Amino acid sequence: MFNRVGRNIPEEIFGLGAIPLFDSNGLVKNTQRSKDRLKNSDRNKILDSIETAIRETGLKDGMTISFHHHFRNGDYIINMVLNVISRMGIKDLVLAPSSLSGIHAPLIHHIKRGVIRRIETSGLRGELADAISNGLMDIPIVINSHGGRARAITSGELPIDVAFLGVPSCDPAGNANGYARDNSAVAECGSLGYAKVDAQHAKKVVLITDHLVEYPNTPFAIPESQVDYIVVVDSIGDPKGIMSGATRFTKNPKDLLIAQNVAEVIAASGYFIDGFSLQTGSGGASLAATRFLREKMIERNIKASFALGGITGQIVALHEEGLIKRLLDVQGFDLKADESLKNNRFHQQIDAEYYASPDNPGSAVNQLDITVLSALEVDLDFNVNVITGSDGVIRGASGGHCDSAAGAACSIIVAPLIRGRMPTILDRVHTVVTPGCSVDVLVTDQGIGVNPRRQDLYHNLKKANLPVLSIEALKAKANQIVGIPEPIKVEDKIVGVVKYRDGSVIDVIHQVKKES
Amino acid sequence: MGRLRRSMLYVPGNNPGMIRDAHIYGSDAIMFDLEDSVSLNEKDAARLLVYEALRTCDFGRTEVVVRVNGLHTPYGRADFEAMVRAMPDAIRLPKTETPEDVMEADQLITQIEKENGIELGTIKLMAAVESALGVINAYKIAKASSRLIGIAIGAEDFVTDLKTTRSPDGIELLAARSQILFAARAAGIDALDTVFSDVNDEEGFIREVRLIKQLGFDGKSLINPRQINILHHIYAPTEEEIQKSIRVIEAAKEAEKRGTGVISMDGKMVDKPIIERAYRVLELADAVYRESMEEVWQ
Amino acid sequence: MLMLPERIKVLDVGIAGTLESSDITIQIEKNEGKGIELELKSTVANQFGKQIKKVIIETLLELGVENALVLANDKGALDCTIRARVRTAVSRAAHQNCFPWEVK
Repeated sequence: MFNRVGRNIPEEIFGLGAIPLFDSNGLVKNTQRSKDRLKNSDRNKILDSIETAIRETGLKDGMTISFHHHFRNGDYIINMVLNVISRMGIKDLVLAPSSLSGIHAPLIHHIKRGVIRRIETSGLRGELADAISNGLMDIPIVINSHGGRARAITSGELPIDVAFLGVPSCDPAGNANGYARDNSAVAECGSLGYAKVDAQHAKKVVLITDHLVEYPNTPFAIPESQVDYIVVVDSIGDPKGIMSGATRFTKNPKDLLIAQNVAEVIAASGYFIDGFSLQTGSGGASLAATRFLREKMIERNIKASFALGGITGQIVALHEEGLIKRLLDVQGFDLKADESLKNNRFHQQIDAEYYASPDNPGSAVNQLDITVLSALEVDLDFNVNVITGSDGVIRGASGGHCDSAAGAACSIIVAPLIRGRMPTILDRVHTVVTPGCSVDVLVTDQGIGVNPRRQDLYHNLKKANLPVLSIEALKAKANQIVGIPEPIKVEDKIVGVVKYRDGSVIDVIHQVKKES
Repeated sequence: MGRLRRSMLYVPGNNPGMIRDAHIYGSDAIMFDLEDSVSLNEKDAARLLVYEALRTCDFGRTEVVVRVNGLHTPYGRADFEAMVRAMPDAIRLPKTETPEDVMEADQLITQIEKENGIELGTIKLMAAVESALGVINAYKIAKASSRLIGIAIGAEDFVTDLKTTRSPDGIELLAARSQILFAARAAGIDALDTVFSDVNDEEGFIREVRLIKQLGFDGKSLINPRQINILHHIYAPTEEEIQKSIRVIEAAKEAEKRGTGVISMDGKMVDKPIIERAYRVLELADAVYRESMEEVWQ
Repeated sequence: MLMLPERIKVLDVGIAGTLESSDITIQIEKNEGKGIELELKSTVANQFGKQIKKVIIETLLELGVENALVLANDKGALDCTIRARVRTAVSRAAHQNCFPWEVK
């Protein structure tokens, strides 16, 4: 048979099957100037409203939708999209954001109306968390760590039908980023590490932006090849709620005391050598530890090969000072981190799978020497609770805690021995998020506990004359001061299922019993 | 040789949050204040709070001092009645002007100790001088009671009494500091300096600590835990001082062994004050070595 | 050993303590013939509610207070703080010192 360019081609070839013939009919070159191409609405992915986008994605009852939490408590996206979905009468959805904040309290309304059937998230806060802890939902929420969520998405265990991703800058083709290089974006968030996984694996991807830029929007965190639709709105979030200007070092004397102890522990651990790697949390004592560690790094001429995070301005400062060679950034915590991502060549944006998926043996957490993490409660087996407060109500997130603890050679948990009247160390934590087998050292303001599994660390810290006590002795010290707390009373109903990073269930959260 | 009193952390007496945590920061001493930091209508509350805290809480190896209201105030007597019974290590007298102030306090403590079956002399005294008259009487004050373990200068009220203000280099305090120091040394008790109130001026604090260390003060009152480590660091002896002190003590022990009365080292005579200072240096060095927290928290 | 000059009578409203962390506010009022009625709000109600109530009531009984309406708002105070605040509130309510005259 002859094809359109007059070549004689057999209709069928042995071993290759039926042969489709070239036909130039559909081939019409676009002779428009590139400047004008993407402006035509039939050429770009821009739709006129969120409602249109939802319709185009084919979103139906029972499907799974996802969002990222890079806008933290300044996020407008989730509420915006759910309002429209609710108005359109779509129901029984599975909501799978990477995490939720206090600003998402309106979800209570959508849950009650049946728009949302169940939730998978890393954490909850505020009114929504209170409501769920008190039994709002019929199906328990599922708590995933950041690495666990990435694993679930990439393996297909958590299939996302539509991802709605807020992006600070986007071009008409869909190349998107967490900032604008020319500083023209209104709301920036730096790294889009969590969003990248959704963009890669969701069946349909809708980008929502308030800052449309020229093509090509380089550098881009999300390539247009992963994007289906774009909607431009007035505002994707409140810059003040998204990021602080700079994360400040705490001035709280207790946190500073703990931070000093952490620096001593790291220095004596045996892992403090030139080229070591580090991750710290962004909270008070964890972050302040870097300040004291810096002095030791300068003293002993030790540089870190990289820092992983959760990147803050403090870590950036150490990098710019030459004390940390590279930065791996899955989430920016302040504008300094955002700026550094823009300007520093060795500050690299990474996605959640790269960061912490247990299915990724080369993941960043697996390259860590030291990680410094916080805790709400720790028990005699070194299990850690970072999600339920002293009243049994959900008020935190699993986050990257169990991922980082599992991956690092030496995981250090920091907490004051007592918070108010609550002792941090209990016989049993209320909720296990990170199992004790991955936790090595507990540093408090009144002593250090070493997991008996780590005799190497125990000897190193003892040799350095650090105040190492048994975890039982630390607990007893606290109980001596405050007394012994009674256990939290709960109902039978399960309101939350906490999954370890590999998808197995490590604990469940029960509904709190209301005081009569 | 006596306790180290390099640092004394000042704790307002009506603040339960601060009272319970005061001892964890590693200062040599803590001082619960019933006087200037407590408003008049809360004097009763602070007294009871400190009393109950002293009865119940374990402050480890930290020396516990309570600053009471003066006996000429409406609150002083009740403070003494409560505090002697609560048994801190020492009671600090504010605004001491005459040796009679000290003797009055000594007698009252003795009486209350007796009435309550407490071994006489258990509760020590610290006298704070805060006026020109007090400075003039410093030596007499320092000798006025066997309970006295230290004499201190309180700068804020003092400069007001002098009709001047505090300056960065503290020239207005020089004479007073020197007098307090002379009195302390002549009486064989500790000399303690006043607080540095600008917590954010780290350089100014360091300058002042270096000054008072050079003058010979044993320690200083502090208002913020952050100041503790800085001060201890400055008070830490140098390696050279430590080595020299070790040699002095070895020479003294040698001489004792040989039964000779005269100790010499490097061709020079070594007498008692030098030996005592050598022991003091090693004590300071030892404290810094253990400064991580082991001792404080055991 | 406790030596009280006389049984304490609540004459007025007595208030002590602050709403700062680690403190407890105690408000004591007359409650003629109705015994001790205690209402407790606490940031650690679940874990220490029982213990806090126990300390408040024990301290009141030690002072010989038989009738009082007590409102307590706790922000994680230790037992020694609770005892001190109760004594202070009672002192203020009874217009007399409530020292226990105990020796450690």
